[in-house]
Amino acid sequence: MRERTIAPSRILIYLVVSLIAAAWLAPLVVVGLNSLRTNEEIAQASMIGWPKQWAWSNYAAAWSGFCVAETCAGIRPYMLNSALVTIPATIFSTLLGAVAGYAVSLWRFRGDNWIYGIVTLGLFLPQQMRLLPWTIVLRDTGLMNTLTGLVVIHTIQGLSFTVLFCRNYYTAIPQDLIRAARIDGAGFFRIFWRIILPLSPPILVVTVIWQFTHIWNEFLYGVTFTTGQQQPVTAALIALSAAVADIPQHGVQSAAVMIAALPTLLIYLIGGKYFVRGLTAGAVK
Amino acid sequence: MTIAVSTTPGRPAASGWVRRLPEYLTIWVPLLLSAAHLIAFTLWTIWISFTPSTLVPVSGWVGLRNYSAVAASRNWQIALDNLLLFGSAFVLLSLATGLILAILLDQRIRGENLLRSIFLYPLAVSFVVTGTVWSWLLNPGLGIQKLVRDLGWTSFRFDWLIDRDMAIWTIVIAAIWQSSGFAMALFLAGLRSVDADLIKAAQIDGAGPIRMYRRVILPTLWPITITVIVIQLQFAISTFDLVRALTNGGPGIATQLPALVVYDLMFQRSLLGRGAAAAVLMLLILLAVLLPYAAWRYVQRRRAIHA
Repeated sequence: MRERTIAPSRILIYLVVSLIAAAWLAPLVVVGLNSLRTNEEIAQASMIGWPKQWAWSNYAAAWSGFCVAETCAGIRPYMLNSALVTIPATIFSTLLGAVAGYAVSLWRFRGDNWIYGIVTLGLFLPQQMRLLPWTIVLRDTGLMNTLTGLVVIHTIQGLSFTVLFCRNYYTAIPQDLIRAARIDGAGFFRIFWRIILPLSPPILVVTVIWQFTHIWNEFLYGVTFTTGQQQPVTAALIALSAAVADIPQHGVQSAAVMIAALPTLLIYLIGGKYFVRGLTAGAVK
Repeated sequence: MTIAVSTTPGRPAASGWVRRLPEYLTIWVPLLLSAAHLIAFTLWTIWISFTPSTLVPVSGWVGLRNYSAVAASRNWQIALDNLLLFGSAFVLLSLATGLILAILLDQRIRGENLLRSIFLYPLAVSFVVTGTVWSWLLNPGLGIQKLVRDLGWTSFRFDWLIDRDMAIWTIVIAAIWQSSGFAMALFLAGLRSVDADLIKAAQIDGAGPIRMYRRVILPTLWPITITVIVIQLQFAISTFDLVRALTNGGPGIATQLPALVVYDLMFQRSLLGRGAAAAVLMLLILLAVLLPYAAWRYVQRRRAIHA
């Protein structure tokens, strides 16, 4: 028989870790519970509490009945806006990033390092430096206050990340593979299609998850370049909390917050490993 | 900026560039768009910062007048003070939290994957969402203060959110909660990559766990620490969403930060020239952090090559 003894220091470690984990989960749990409490209940007690009666109707109200700035359609239209911006921008920036990353890493050309260096500057330059030029460009092209405008912005800006991710991944592919394929007469696209793309799924998953999360969560461009019905859900949420400051509707608001956070939370739960890989890839550039 | 494309070696020149136009276009259009917009937009904003632009951009030259106006404004001064306090407190505390979490998770504990996911999840959620949630938790009439008072401790006070002097700390709290998982992830990777032989040698010498960390393991984490500091500082300098959702710069202008001032000048007061000047000042603050880091990276890389 094996005797099991647990050292006191182990107990302490588990205790501390569990306490911190509880603190880290608390905000999500609080909002989750509030999304199921009635507005009256929250107003009487506090934001922190267990639902007395499960108010599932909050979700229905948040989704399609709630009023944001005189329009009572819930956050559904804004969720749709976010999806219509995030999905195409993620796809475009990932595809273009893959081709460009392949070009700078394997299809060497003169000035490739320079171009690559400038593109990755986009990781560091503050968004605020680009706000005015984007405003002017969007106004002049008639894309101000359109979802297309946001797609264009996120696609071009996203290249900084996607080119970085893909380039770092593709540099691990031996140049000889490309050389051999060229001797066999394969061109730029054929090599990309037949050799590079089949090797790419691991990095494409990272890139897609990263871009999706990034673009979905983006707020500054959304609030600056769109108004009213064209806003993505992050911008609408702020408008929503400002609009209901007088009449607290925290139950419904919590449900709205949960819905808005759901897509990225789901992606994180499913592809957490890849999310972290993107995080560290961006960090140790 | 013109960069010549060399003809691809190993292919007959006669095939001509017209046939390979699609290839050039796919390589160059996205790359040039991205590079050009970064350079051109930065220069554009710098140019506007020297013009008398208000509601719309106009040409003209006012020298440093926009800069002096921004620098002299109370809004900007408070924003800078706040940035200094927020930046240093946030970076130090998130570094410490991240390191402690990483060391704890490094103790071969059960459920490590689950715990790591818990500490990292805030990063996946929008600042707008987490800022809103924290504004409720920290709201004295709704959140933690209300809860503790309802439990019977009626004189309990935790009203930093509406306290001019303390409000900036609520942003520190929320930012630490949001981003120390990132520091943890990098530190954990560093801890796991410490040379096993080094640890074994120290163990043979009879080093206990505390000595082991202090003398053997932690010193290897310096490069990661510097990277984390720079990235967190960069985040602190451009913080916008979190403050917007948590305090909106208030109470009054007590939690103003540079990014909020830029937005306010550009889009709420329509003072484009001044807004651009504030944005350029933000960039300069950022460069003060990034340039030494780039130099340090360069030296490190050179050393790695020559070693």
